[in-house]
Amino acid sequence: MTRVRIKGTRDGLLVTLGEGELARALAELEERLNGTASFFKGAWVALAVGKRELSTEEIGRIKALLAQNEVVLGMVIGEAPATRAAARNLGLETKRSLQPGPRPGWRTEGEFSEGALFRCTLRSGQIIRHPGHVVVIGDVNAGSEVIAGGDIVIWGRLSGTVHAGATGDDQAIVCALDLDPTQLRIGKHIARPPEQTPDRRPVPEMAFVQDGRIIVRAWKYSF
Amino acid sequence: MAAKVMTITSGKGGVGKTTATANLSVALALLGHRVAAVDADIGLRNLDVVMGLENRIVYDIVDVAEGHCRLRQALIRDKRVPDLFLLPAAQTRDKTAVSPEDMIELCDQMRNDFDFILIDSPAGIEQGFRNAIAPADKVLIITTPEVSAVRDADRIIGLIEAEEKGPASLIINRIKPEMVRYGDMLNTADVLEILAIDLVGIVPDDKAIIVSTNKGVPIVLDNKAPAGLAFHNIARRLLGEEIPFLDIREEPNLLERFVRFIRQG
Repeated sequence: MTRVRIKGTRDGLLVTLGEGELARALAELEERLNGTASFFKGAWVALAVGKRELSTEEIGRIKALLAQNEVVLGMVIGEAPATRAAARNLGLETKRSLQPGPRPGWRTEGEFSEGALFRCTLRSGQIIRHPGHVVVIGDVNAGSEVIAGGDIVIWGRLSGTVHAGATGDDQAIVCALDLDPTQLRIGKHIARPPEQTPDRRPVPEMAFVQDGRIIVRAWKYSF
Repeated sequence: MAAKVMTITSGKGGVGKTTATANLSVALALLGHRVAAVDADIGLRNLDVVMGLENRIVYDIVDVAEGHCRLRQALIRDKRVPDLFLLPAAQTRDKTAVSPEDMIELCDQMRNDFDFILIDSPAGIEQGFRNAIAPADKVLIITTPEVSAVRDADRIIGLIEAEEKGPASLIINRIKPEMVRYGDMLNTADVLEILAIDLVGIVPDDKAIIVSTNKGVPIVLDNKAPAGLAFHNIARRLLGEEIPFLDIREEPNLLERFVRFIRQG
């Protein structure tokens, strides 16, 4: 059973501690952070603890654990007033629940999550790192990198290296009008493209994980 | 009139920065402009050799920056063309001997006396490169149609955009038409598709360049060489003229297509 969930949001990472013994949840959190440390580096974290009651000392321990992995705890989301009071003692922001208040002018039905849009040519040596989804309008040239907590959509030619679902999400997908990456990673899976003929005609393609392998298919408008 | 400062850079070494700087300087001077060529490759100076002015160096750019001499004393006049000067690099020092601020200051001192200041950048992305682009009003990227050179050019374009020195223009050097026709080399369209910046010239591969470099006589002074003509055209495009690109035949003809078909067969 997974006690810890890590998810990218527009502001940073959302870490959710599930039910059960705190020590075990923390051990799992530590393991997850170690696995993807370079991606998390410098990120702002909101910690969702549900109904759990935590003391100032316990929150301090979690904060230190996150700091060891170079991520910054900024907010605690918990239903128990004692937990929120303890968090405030440490100078952290607090929230009662995860529900984001409705945004004025937004109408959403069903689940949605936030991303970032970049309109540029990403050149060799440049890198986009974002905890949510990433959309690039432009080419992603060889030697550049896009690392996203969620999905990656390239409205252009993808020749660089991309990592979707970098927080460990195997459900993430990568789409490009011309999918020709140096290397493609989804969650913990890594794929290199097969040798391609130079005269190939680019078609929009989508990569995703199926049965533990990265699969590439024509990018259709429905899937 | 204040001079326009143009830096020629590439990221990768050996793609023709120094040759381009020398030839564009001479070509602009031949068109009647006052030109200063500045060698920013301190410690590995070459521009003086390619321009054939090595034996006339007394002072260099580091001497000027450190105040050992006046700028006028370090500038070497090229007697073959009117109004062309070279500010040579120091050979016994390294890139840290001059700072980006020094380069801006030096160019500002020269701006009133010249129409163009061309800076020959060293390879790489470190301080020498930073020195070379610091005073630039315009950056010319030079690349050859090889994947490694294009990759480095792409990196450099990104850095120049970050420094807000863009948009840079591109020179593609050393195109071998027969290799392009057989699909063994990237063609102009391939390079432009990757780099997505303005093309200001294409220079065909020309053995005469090697001879001219060894002799210290820039190839634009030889009016029969195709590469010389290419550099002349680039100089005129930099002045705003509309000159069609050289007809370097990149598409295979029927016979070549047939040969290629048989080869692949």
